[in-house]
Amino acid sequence: MGIAIEVASLHKFYGPVRAVDGVSFAVEEGEIFGMVGPNGAGKTTTIECVEGLRRPDRGTVRVLGLDPQRDGYELRRRIGVQLQEASLHPRLKVWEALDLFGSFYPHRVDGKALLEQLGLADKRNAAFEKLSGGQKQRLFVALALINDPELVFLDELITGLDPQARRATWDLVRGIRERGKTVFLTTHFMEEAERLCDRVAIIDHGKIVALDTPENLIRSLGAEQRVVFTADGQWDDTPLRGMPGVTRVEHIGERTVVYGRGEGLVGGVVGALERMGVRFRDLRTEQPTLEDVFLALTGREMRE
Amino acid sequence: MRGFWKLLLVQARLYLREPIATFFTIFYAPLVLLLFGAIYGNKPTPLFGGRGTMDVTVPAYIGLIIATVGLIGLPIGAAAARESGVLRRFRATPLHPLAYIISDIAVYLLMTVIGVLLLILTGAIVFHIRFEGNVLSVLAGFLLGATAFFALGYLIAGLAPTARIAQTVGMVLAFPMMFISGASIPLEVLPAKVRAISQYIPLTHVVTLMKGLWFGDSWSQHWKEVAVLVGCLLLGGAIAARTFRWE
Repeated sequence: MGIAIEVASLHKFYGPVRAVDGVSFAVEEGEIFGMVGPNGAGKTTTIECVEGLRRPDRGTVRVLGLDPQRDGYELRRRIGVQLQEASLHPRLKVWEALDLFGSFYPHRVDGKALLEQLGLADKRNAAFEKLSGGQKQRLFVALALINDPELVFLDELITGLDPQARRATWDLVRGIRERGKTVFLTTHFMEEAERLCDRVAIIDHGKIVALDTPENLIRSLGAEQRVVFTADGQWDDTPLRGMPGVTRVEHIGERTVVYGRGEGLVGGVVGALERMGVRFRDLRTEQPTLEDVFLALTGREMRE
Repeated sequence: MRGFWKLLLVQARLYLREPIATFFTIFYAPLVLLLFGAIYGNKPTPLFGGRGTMDVTVPAYIGLIIATVGLIGLPIGAAAARESGVLRRFRATPLHPLAYIISDIAVYLLMTVIGVLLLILTGAIVFHIRFEGNVLSVLAGFLLGATAFFALGYLIAGLAPTARIAQTVGMVLAFPMMFISGASIPLEVLPAKVRAISQYIPLTHVVTLMKGLWFGDSWSQHWKEVAVLVGCLLLGGAIAARTFRWE
């Protein structure tokens, strides 16, 4: 696998503000790479420097082997871009938008099929101003895909989408990867990064504080798993406390929470309860999330 | 220039989907002409050197249309496209920036031409207006006046921080200009003091040039108008190019 994007010590200042302060990373071909962090962390500035829409103050950016500043036109032919703050003429119709933007590229895909795929087929004749926020967002995704790009940029893709539309959009992004394309996205939803991205860079105050697969980031935390269940009546939890890997057991009303580490935690807890003859229900496990990783790395919650 | 013609076609269609812009660009001047024609008729009068009111009104109203598009429609459209993020979206494609700008200018020009043709047609059919000039000469004068005012329009859009301010500035400039430039009220009926002021208004020079060429004046008789309009075009265009921004 080659390298799709290579960024080395990227800096971008807005007056005294260091929006991006020495960011380096590489995106491999065929992966979904996510940049996550709170609003104002420098995600959009970074992605826009990579797209060639902003000129970095320092550092180097190579995208598909091109310099986005020098080879902008060549690059823009080969990438698809969904911008965070963009718009279309209020009276432009959905099909016209696809037709128009498709005409800017030498190679393009079938706009009708794209609308079908994005659930916009029945909005073909609707004016942009009549679309809901989610529909506008999906149209921008369609415009980003109209030229069958090698590399797709998605900036805050699911902002403004309802949960159902979010899942549908994630399926679509996975579909892009399955066709061998590369995806670079930014998000401030940790859940999106965790469920969608092959690798994640966590950015805060213009610096990357961690970069790895979501699994590795969570594992690196060494955080405890939790097994939660509800049990009827009185029972003795000593055997649970004595199990290898278990660190502590808490009771909250009828609910019991077992904290611990290791692969066999769930199996061990279930086995022990059955040996004791304890009747339990609603058993589930709770894993640490990227949210916990962010908290551990920065000392702050993602959302204020 | 891939995509240029498609863009031009779509932008023209979008223009016609704006009822207010379409009305003021294409239908307003012919309607006002019909109204004043019904009042004054087109009888020859000594005030206009033996020509009728409608004869002199048609070339003057060409200036009215140019000012409406250049100072009101264009600054609002250009600033709104920038403010709303439409330009940003285009910039993320391989469309050449120059292709966008040329298409934008071409659409405003096309709509202005349609408005002017409808005005002339109304005058010719309803009032049998007189034309004593050279068609190519009038066309050249029209293009000079229109492009000079478009340059001023882009200048307003470029200097205004928001579309709202562009709209306000455009209207504040346009309305007084329309009344004391001879575009809507003939200069001949205005008091001498107002006429003196009108010499400092760019639109006066469009109106004077159009009327002159319409009745067969030579270009050398209008060197002053030409100089002012070329100045507007070059200076306005240069500043507009410097202040143009994508977001």
